Amino acid sequence: MKKKPFIFIIFLFLFLTTGFAIPRPLYSFDTVEQAAQFQMLTKTLRCLVCQNQNLAESEAPLAKDLRQLIYLQIKQGQSNDEISGYLTARYGNFIRYHPPFNRETLLLWLTPILSLFLGFLLLCYKLKTRTPD
Amino acid sequence: MRASFGMKIFPLIALSFLLFVFALNLKQDPHQLPSVLINKPTPSFDLKTLFNNENFTNQTLQGKVSLINFFATWCYTCQKEHPLLMDIAQTPGITLYAIDYKDDTNKAQSWLNTFGNPYTLVGIDANGQTGINFGVYGTPETYLIDKTGRIRYKQIGALTPDIWKEKIYPLIQQLNAS
Repeated sequence: MKKKPFIFIIFLFLFLTTGFAIPRPLYSFDTVEQAAQFQMLTKTLRCLVCQNQNLAESEAPLAKDLRQLIYLQIKQGQSNDEISGYLTARYGNFIRYHPPFNRETLLLWLTPILSLFLGFLLLCYKLKTRTPD
Repeated sequence: MRASFGMKIFPLIALSFLLFVFALNLKQDPHQLPSVLINKPTPSFDLKTLFNNENFTNQTLQGKVSLINFFATWCYTCQKEHPLLMDIAQTPGITLYAIDYKDDTNKAQSWLNTFGNPYTLVGIDANGQTGINFGVYGTPETYLIDKTGRIRYKQIGALTPDIWKEKIYPLIQQLNAS
């Protein structure tokens, strides 16, 4: 019975970890499609300041600027390709979490397939040369 | 079952190769992104200047080798870099410009009055759009621009005496000669 107050105190500590929200400018769109486009773009573009965050999550000033820029471009009716093209022309493919398949990114895209293939070859070889114990 | 000698040392070779690749990457700073604008024309800009209400545009850069330094008074590293820029301004064969990135104009004026103004012209980029066009993602950033207005080198972060001596100054001499 002595333990109960202790548990109660620990329970109280749980209330310290309440979530908090950072106020953000609200982006209002004319259509649901545009809102979805904004969500998609800001989630698949990298924040260059905090490189492991996307533009939707980052609170870096540059990320805010780029969100605003993407917002305006969507309002103007620009396509995903046009907007990510605009940004890659300035910041390079690094800004994209899904870089395009080209000569520069050949190794990036092909390494998984190549590794799988090599693993398969190795497996075949192992099975073929396996001798019963 | 006895694995052949080749099979036995294969994991070791693979691991060494991986470690070698990792070691190579240790030297790379992931925050130093290569600029896509190298050897491309300077993005067009048309900015009011911090002093004398002049215009600073990409036409201003024609016919001379110049440096454009993106700085801001809220940027601590910029202040660290400032004495070197004062020295660079004395170097013949280079015109030093600046773009004051997302800054308070009054603060920037008094900042330059206090620490000295090494720049021929300082453009005001209040909303950061010129910075975005240049691919700036962290001040200070410095661009070396040739006589035809093409970007030839980009320094991300503060210039250091070593970078100046070993990379930028030789490049300036080369660009002036051509």
